[in-house]
Amino acid sequence: MELFRGVNVDWLRLKWYFLAFSMIFSVAGLVKMGVNMTQIHSPVPLGVDFKGGTQVQVKFEQTPDINRIRQAVAAAGVQDATIQSIQSEISTSGNEVLISLPVQQDETSLDAGRKQIVDALQAHYNNPFTESNVSVVGPTVGRQLETKAALATLYSMAGMLVYLWFRFQLIYGVAAVVACFHDTLITVGAFALTNQEISLTVIAAILTLVGYSMNDTIVVFDRIRENLRLSRRESLPDVVNRSINQTLSRTVLTSGLTFLTVLSLYIFGGQVLRGFSFALVVGILIGTYSSIAVAAPMLVAWQEWRARRGKTATLPAAKRARV
Amino acid sequence: MKKNLNGKIALIVAVLVVCLWGIFGASKGLSGKDLSEGLQKRIHYGLDLRGGAHLILQVKVNEAVYAETSNVAAQVQQELKKASLSFSQVYVPDADKPEAIRIEGTTPESSSAIETLLGSTKYSNEFELKSVNDNTWTLTMKPMVLTALKSKTDQQAIEALSDRVNALGISEPVIQAYGLGADQILVELPGVENESDIEKIIQGTNRLEIHAVAGGPYKDEQEALASVGGALPADQELKSFLGVVNSGSDSQSIYRLERVSVVAGTDFRSADPSTNQNTGQREVRFTLTNEAGERFYDYTSKNVGQSMAVVMNDQVREVASIKEPIHDTGEISGSFSQDEVVALSKLLSTGALPASLTQLEKRFVGASLGADSIRAGVKAAVFGVLVVMAFMLFYYRGSGVNADLALLLNLIILLGILGLSSALSGGANALTLTLPGIAGVILTIGMGVDSNVLIFERIREEVRAGKAPSAAVDQGFAHAWITIVDTHVTTIVSAAILFMFGTGPVKGFAVTLTIGLLANLFTAVYVSRVIFDAHLNRMKPGEAVSI
Repeated sequence: MELFRGVNVDWLRLKWYFLAFSMIFSVAGLVKMGVNMTQIHSPVPLGVDFKGGTQVQVKFEQTPDINRIRQAVAAAGVQDATIQSIQSEISTSGNEVLISLPVQQDETSLDAGRKQIVDALQAHYNNPFTESNVSVVGPTVGRQLETKAALATLYSMAGMLVYLWFRFQLIYGVAAVVACFHDTLITVGAFALTNQEISLTVIAAILTLVGYSMNDTIVVFDRIRENLRLSRRESLPDVVNRSINQTLSRTVLTSGLTFLTVLSLYIFGGQVLRGFSFALVVGILIGTYSSIAVAAPMLVAWQEWRARRGKTATLPAAKRARV
Repeated sequence: MKKNLNGKIALIVAVLVVCLWGIFGASKGLSGKDLSEGLQKRIHYGLDLRGGAHLILQVKVNEAVYAETSNVAAQVQQELKKASLSFSQVYVPDADKPEAIRIEGTTPESSSAIETLLGSTKYSNEFELKSVNDNTWTLTMKPMVLTALKSKTDQQAIEALSDRVNALGISEPVIQAYGLGADQILVELPGVENESDIEKIIQGTNRLEIHAVAGGPYKDEQEALASVGGALPADQELKSFLGVVNSGSDSQSIYRLERVSVVAGTDFRSADPSTNQNTGQREVRFTLTNEAGERFYDYTSKNVGQSMAVVMNDQVREVASIKEPIHDTGEISGSFSQDEVVALSKLLSTGALPASLTQLEKRFVGASLGADSIRAGVKAAVFGVLVVMAFMLFYYRGSGVNADLALLLNLIILLGILGLSSALSGGANALTLTLPGIAGVILTIGMGVDSNVLIFERIREEVRAGKAPSAAVDQGFAHAWITIVDTHVTTIVSAAILFMFGTGPVKGFAVTLTIGLLANLFTAVYVSRVIFDAHLNRMKPGEAVSI
């Protein structure tokens, strides 16, 4: 069986549609991030890993009543607690509730919030429970992680740029990194738009997506490089189109299969990995799209720009592939 | 033309056997139950899967520096007195900048004498002397010395915590410097289900010191200050008394203490709980280190009749008068509960902390949630593998078998390396499987299959271009190889950066992804090629490759 045999689409003719599509999603995400900035002082809702604070996941023996929990917590004088029930199809019983408190600035009594919650439930709510997951993060660690996460993302992009510069040419590296940045922006924007929290595992997912998107772009670039060497008389737009078409079947297959595995993670992976797999589900779609719609057209645009400035339009393929 | 593949097949079988041993080598038999027990022995779960506690603690290194400089300040004070040089006070003015000692109220005439005395090698090795004005000097610890003292403090804190955790019998704990911030310690306690177990270790971070009493007890702070004319001398401090006073009144009282301790937490060598035979009070019998013993003897013999205070957690717990010189053994009795006596003995004998600790982060995962997560992760992985394998068979037919075998071998190698890391290091440095780690395995499946797709698509192209099967396979592998190397290197770059920056569970993701990708280079390219070649060897001339 074969899909996409002898496809011949003029992808570059669609570049304005691609640009419009990318702009709509990037701008929508950015606008939402701007709105978030004014409301919650951070572009995306941050999880307890970064924001700091107390999160206690409690498993009750009987079905919990959120309102009664709220009353119990309020009766004990605990302020600003948010209470939500956890929809968890994998859990043996659905009786789990997540109680969160905002970050405590005073690190000498970091644990106080958790104790207050536990005491409040014991005193005012007659339903035996166990704590199944507790996270208490102080402001110092949160800030440290925030910086490191941003650095890790930047470093990995820089590392890839250098590698591509060495293997191909600078413009290939730049195009690939712009595509990755585009993917990261839209994925983070998706978190902002859907109001989901960014946690440490989500950052791991974003780094993975950077690697994945880079993968996809490289497959197309490799083919462009190869075709440029083989047919020096063909124009760059033609070569780019042909390369995308030749690799299209692989692109769709791989992203389809990877998408399936990630989707199974999203569906079966449970609540702990929900944010992680959401980032990958969005990221794989966007990452596949961007290697065709962002990275490859950028190569052509760069060459046309050079031609307009009267420079000899050398094809960005000069380097031979070293194996 | 047939290729001889025996050597290659032997290598693949050897890898398979080694990895299977890595996974199941610890099992007793071949029944399903034995195998799954063996698997659990070899594959180390991270905290998020097996349940446990994770803490990040901040060592207040400034306290250790402060203790050190305060001691030096006291020493300076004595030497100035001995040399009959006048001064008003020698003290450490800022507890947040404890490396600076200030000497005030000296006379301009004594400048050169002070310079000789405090500029001597006894101090100049570690401190820098500076004249602020005619009457004031500063003695500042050199940056190198300060850094060394701080890292020594961190190290002592880690050792003390390790002793304590071991005393509680927690297996496979992690207690190490935490890379993200200065003077932070990461503590991981697998399987610790009980909050109170964690509390024991944290509460064990109490500091215990013995200070000389300068005055007291006083009813309140006003009275204490009035006793020294309203201004507390810089080398003294006020501390409140906790608990029931011997006289029976439970009013809080205040003591005026010398700031510099006589005995610090690190000076204790061993301690045991016991009961005083005369009073029946609970007490802790302790032994000091040789050096501290000398100091303590020196002090007690000069101060018979005076009082000393046992200070724990910044509060006075006992005040006793010195009846006779004490060498290196003694007992601390006072308002302790039985639990406190036991805890205090354990604390003193396992080496007290050189500085107190604050918690910066605390996470705690119950074992039941961990078990749920394993179930969810495995379910997602199995589902992902089955879907991908079914699709490959359907889409690439004969070659799909090839891809599926490579995929299975990839998973076996991945688990095998996790198991081998545990078997070879005796469990000490085992790579752990975390929940994001399982996600890494799932992603490896997705990306692993990509290599096969790349190769197969390329072979199809070559076949379409009219090449003979063996040439098409040759060309397909040769062309795809370039792309595969590029894609793997870039992904490994991002995984490596994640490994360096990530912590705990996220690190587990980088581990499985990196191993998975490396294994994939072997399975999807080398193994898959051998299977192709074996197939080509058996093909009749003119037969088409099934792809």
